[in-house]
Amino acid sequence: MSGVSRQQYATYTKLIRVMCSGTVDLAFVLRAFAKGSDGVFIGGCHLNDCHYNTHGNYHAVNMVSLCKKLMEHLGLNPERLRLESVSAGEGIRFAEIMNDFGKQVKELGPLGQSEGIDKNVLKLKLKAITQLTPYIRVVLNERLNVRFNSIEGYNQFYSSGEFRRLFQELIEDKFAVSQIMLLLREKPLSTGEISEILGLAPTEIARYLNGSANYGLVRYEENQKCFALVD
Amino acid sequence: MEKEQERFGGQLVKSSGDTHFGDVMVVGGGISGIQAALDLATSGFRVYLVDKAPAIGGHMAQLDKTFPTNDCSMCIESPKFIECKRHPNIEVMTYTEVDRVKGEAGDFKVTLRKKPTYVDESKCTGCSACVEYCPVKYPDQFNQEISENKAIHIYFDQAIPLVAYVDESCRYLKEKTCTICQGVCKNDAIDFDQRAEEVEVNVGTIILSPGYEPFDPELRTEYRYGEFKNVVTSMDYERLLSSTGPYQGEILRASDKKHPHKIAWIQCVGSRQVLPGGNSYCSGVCCTYAQKQVILTKDHDSEAECTIFHNDIRSYGKDFERFYQRTEKLPGVQFIRSYVSIVKEDPETKNVTIRYSTADDGVKEEVFDMVVLSVGLNPPANVKGLAEIFGIELNSHDFCNVNPFNPMATTRPGIFVSGAFQGPTDIPESVFSASGAGSQAGEFLDYRRGNLAQERTYPSEKDVAAEEPKVGVIVCHCGANIGRVVDVPSVVKYCLTLPNVIYAHEQLFACSTNSAQEITDIVKEKGLNRVVVAACTPRTHEPLFRDTLREAGINQYYYEMANIREHCSWVHSKEKEEATQKAKEIIRMSVARVRGLEPLKEFDLPVNKTALVVGGGLAGMTSALSIANQGHQVHLVEKASELGGMARRIHSTLEGLDIQGFLHDVIGKVYRHPLIRIYHDATIMDVTGYVGNFTSKVEYQGRVTEIKHGAAVIAIGSQVSQPTEYLYGEDERVMTHLELDEKIAQGDEGVTNSESLVMIQCVGCRNADRNYCSRICCSESIKNAIKLKELNPQMDIYILFRDIRTYGFKENYYREAASKEIRFIRYVEDDKPQVEAVKEGGKSVLRVTVTDPILGKKLEIDADAIALAAAVIPSSDSQEISRLFKVSLSPDGFFQEAHVKLRPVDFTAEGIFLCGTAHYPKFISETISQAYGAAGRVLTILANETVVASGSVCEVKEDDCLSCGACIVACTYGAIEFRETPRGRKAVVNPVLCKGDGLCNTKCPTRAISLKHYTFKQVLNQIDAAFPEEEMLQLDKVVANV
Repeated sequence: MSGVSRQQYATYTKLIRVMCSGTVDLAFVLRAFAKGSDGVFIGGCHLNDCHYNTHGNYHAVNMVSLCKKLMEHLGLNPERLRLESVSAGEGIRFAEIMNDFGKQVKELGPLGQSEGIDKNVLKLKLKAITQLTPYIRVVLNERLNVRFNSIEGYNQFYSSGEFRRLFQELIEDKFAVSQIMLLLREKPLSTGEISEILGLAPTEIARYLNGSANYGLVRYEENQKCFALVD
Repeated sequence: MEKEQERFGGQLVKSSGDTHFGDVMVVGGGISGIQAALDLATSGFRVYLVDKAPAIGGHMAQLDKTFPTNDCSMCIESPKFIECKRHPNIEVMTYTEVDRVKGEAGDFKVTLRKKPTYVDESKCTGCSACVEYCPVKYPDQFNQEISENKAIHIYFDQAIPLVAYVDESCRYLKEKTCTICQGVCKNDAIDFDQRAEEVEVNVGTIILSPGYEPFDPELRTEYRYGEFKNVVTSMDYERLLSSTGPYQGEILRASDKKHPHKIAWIQCVGSRQVLPGGNSYCSGVCCTYAQKQVILTKDHDSEAECTIFHNDIRSYGKDFERFYQRTEKLPGVQFIRSYVSIVKEDPETKNVTIRYSTADDGVKEEVFDMVVLSVGLNPPANVKGLAEIFGIELNSHDFCNVNPFNPMATTRPGIFVSGAFQGPTDIPESVFSASGAGSQAGEFLDYRRGNLAQERTYPSEKDVAAEEPKVGVIVCHCGANIGRVVDVPSVVKYCLTLPNVIYAHEQLFACSTNSAQEITDIVKEKGLNRVVVAACTPRTHEPLFRDTLREAGINQYYYEMANIREHCSWVHSKEKEEATQKAKEIIRMSVARVRGLEPLKEFDLPVNKTALVVGGGLAGMTSALSIANQGHQVHLVEKASELGGMARRIHSTLEGLDIQGFLHDVIGKVYRHPLIRIYHDATIMDVTGYVGNFTSKVEYQGRVTEIKHGAAVIAIGSQVSQPTEYLYGEDERVMTHLELDEKIAQGDEGVTNSESLVMIQCVGCRNADRNYCSRICCSESIKNAIKLKELNPQMDIYILFRDIRTYGFKENYYREAASKEIRFIRYVEDDKPQVEAVKEGGKSVLRVTVTDPILGKKLEIDADAIALAAAVIPSSDSQEISRLFKVSLSPDGFFQEAHVKLRPVDFTAEGIFLCGTAHYPKFISETISQAYGAAGRVLTILANETVVASGSVCEVKEDDCLSCGACIVACTYGAIEFRETPRGRKAVVNPVLCKGDGLCNTKCPTRAISLKHYTFKQVLNQIDAAFPEEEMLQLDKVVANV
């Protein structure tokens, strides 16, 4: 509709067609960021105006809410991801949102750089979280399977203590371990080195490493004073 | 006609010998004719679709948006053009008129006269080079003569056929000079030797869908149309709003090409007027289209001030009331109930002064930048000639004379009518009356169904799955739509650098018939196995290009559309370089996608040729009869012990027709029909299956019967609400309008001998709880009032109303009622009438207190009886039926059709259809029309042996399935279930139930389930290609940085 009514918007957007906003996988969003996208927009039907009868748009709200929290955790500005309900008839609105979001992303600047994260560290983090996506899907299905009637409901839940607790319990540790494993895959590193790269306290790192060692995933190399992956 | 022949050179060429044979001729290619043609062609008949204009589309093609959803009119209509053009059973004949009709039903011999276009349709590519060079400018008919076009031009951008034609302003035709166009045409398509051609076609039936003609306000000089430059008609305004209009979507004044900021709409121009040149009827569409225009005006310019001068606001259709409220709430929008006169034009500014009066301020004058005349609908042009040619009768308004119990039948057997020629109607009614006329033509011709119809045949498909991808990219200029912004040649060059692209080429209009053929040829010649067309939107054009691949023997799912128009040139029209760059990127993404696409099989599902009709009222019975008359078994399920539904309680129509007699007749036909099986006192327990193959369980006579059917019609009707106010239920003199109707029919003297009777309108609707208009109550009350006046002329009758909504020809009865001294008193929602039972002079009366809006004071009316126009509400069974059939309800609780405008009797769930008041309150004529419409739609399925299901459905990789069931929970279609396999319990998709939304994909922890054509990998390919080059994660750097 935006096109048909010749609503002008900025040229740096590229559109990918999916059949339902609910089918946008967390991995798609992460991939776009990993590939250098500074912002990701997901457009879907208005709530309760599903073109199928699956109400996948509610699922999209849930996924995006979680993804924003993951981004925060990664040190990325969650405003780089935006979900909006835009019906096929709302061409003008679509163009307005594109312009507004474009402006916002421009102000935020290049991904990572503006947030003060080293490019390669960011890639590492994105890779680490991407590796967790099958697990996160299960978390979404089983533990974060929430349904609210409005966006506000989702916002409330995702800023609640309950969610915070779940996030810590279910994701934070897994994410840290995933990063450590990726790093160790390159070469053995000491607790201090890992701590510096990931910006986590050495005691935390030690805890993760000990845990992983217990599972037989890493071992301590006495001679090098560092940890390495178990082959 | 003779004069025209002279102009075209005085010669008439007989078509080359052989007579053409068809089943049905549809005369008029507007949306109604298109729908009739498509339905019939799909249900096995050969159809000739004839239009006198150079392209099909009718008036709908000229509209900018459609109410109440503000869908883009052309965008929703143009795919239908293409469908008509590509349908193997439709012969589209434009610029063609019917000259004479001989014969009779079953064997009509129609002589057509094809006007010369001076362009060889088979050679013209629609490139419009000729248009560019043509020196003659001529007012553009399609743009309401606001802007100019050339003597040779294409009627509009999406025209079917998309070919140029020469109109009478051509210099060569007048003076035998010029022929520049012949010089520039590379295809040698221009042929000034063309002559009018006579074509004879034999058909069994004819459907007339000639549409309407907008009222011409020049007939009444007081509107100053044509005199004051900034007075326009609503049709002119549609073109001004349209992005393909005279100013590319800018609303400009004719006088100074400036944006008007203060705009007035004058309603009822040419309607509801008993004046010479005016029409006494209500045109039914103007209130809502004016509201639409106001909303769109505010979209264009949020500061615009819009004033609508109106009489009653007739928001009687589905969702119209909300649309009206939405308009009214916009800032700077005013609705003023007043007659107006256009006083003067400022000689300097060309602003227009309007005089009007309000109850509060008296007579006022106000200046507007622009005035829009909301013109009504007139019968089609030259309607008398039309009636004569077809031998049909017209009514007193010169619309088609139809039988209210069968509004699709003309006075001549075998000739049917659909659309606005029946009387003023909006788009959805034009569409379902078309399906209805189609169904009746089908009843007539059932014996020969399939005899002339052809199936499209395609060459057998090559297996290229093992081949390396060989991608061809076609970049379309879309005339100037893309080419003006995007540097197409440089894009083509770029395409050749992309991996696996072995061919890239540009086309002016990739969608023209020639270009499509060219693509097919290239695919064969170059051995391409994948194609990207970089052009416009897949919404309208994907089916066409997929077809070109099929023609070349390549699986159609190896096709991908890169939208460089809607997503690029149209939205970045001022940034040519950036747009060109973006076009390249879009194509790069599409190429990345197409490389990873897989061939998919669409599968044919057998169709069970039986229908299930739910509801044995007039709607259900009419539908059942029409389906059964076309040779299909029908199971008619009724929850009550007798057939007839609500119609059993209504005795006559406003027009005075005897409903009981008619109903009796229909019930008799249903009982006698050998193919209809009736289930009384029956309840539907369960529905499973999908289009072509449903199984419903019906509880009937104490046991559960299983019915297998290919399609279903939901016709469960509606109910009358029980009022909770005005002493209803407390005082027996207070009744509903339906109860009054019954009492009149019974000759209840308590009612007919009343000295005074008050009717109160809008009881239980048009309020916060039921925010809709029940549509029929104004006419129902007026009918009762007129009847009572006939029985007892002394009776004082008062109708307390908010807006009188007697749309269409019913307006005449409103006028009749007013002339019979039935008093109409307007009230507003915040100041409703009060009713109390009091004793007056020893007599017990019902005292009604209401504010008289003219005098501004309270009136007290002592009535002997009160009739309440109680709201029509959804049937109490709708929730259950909606759940069983998995079809949705609208916010008001009526059933929700698939598309308000173009699929008014379809549900989104395929194979299930809708008619009658289950859809929305409506009159018996409308119900019958819609019931035939639903039958026509049912036949598009039942007349075929198979239905085709999309190949883009989900599939489970069994090895990866953990049988967690997350996908099963997500799928509300119930398309996934567990099945025991040798390797344990696994999720399995039933592809015929899968709708291809893919929600389940995001639930699966192992990605075992994936939506074909949108697999995880395919989407990632596209995401990756969105960015110039992959930056590898350099972990060693991370480590080194430490």
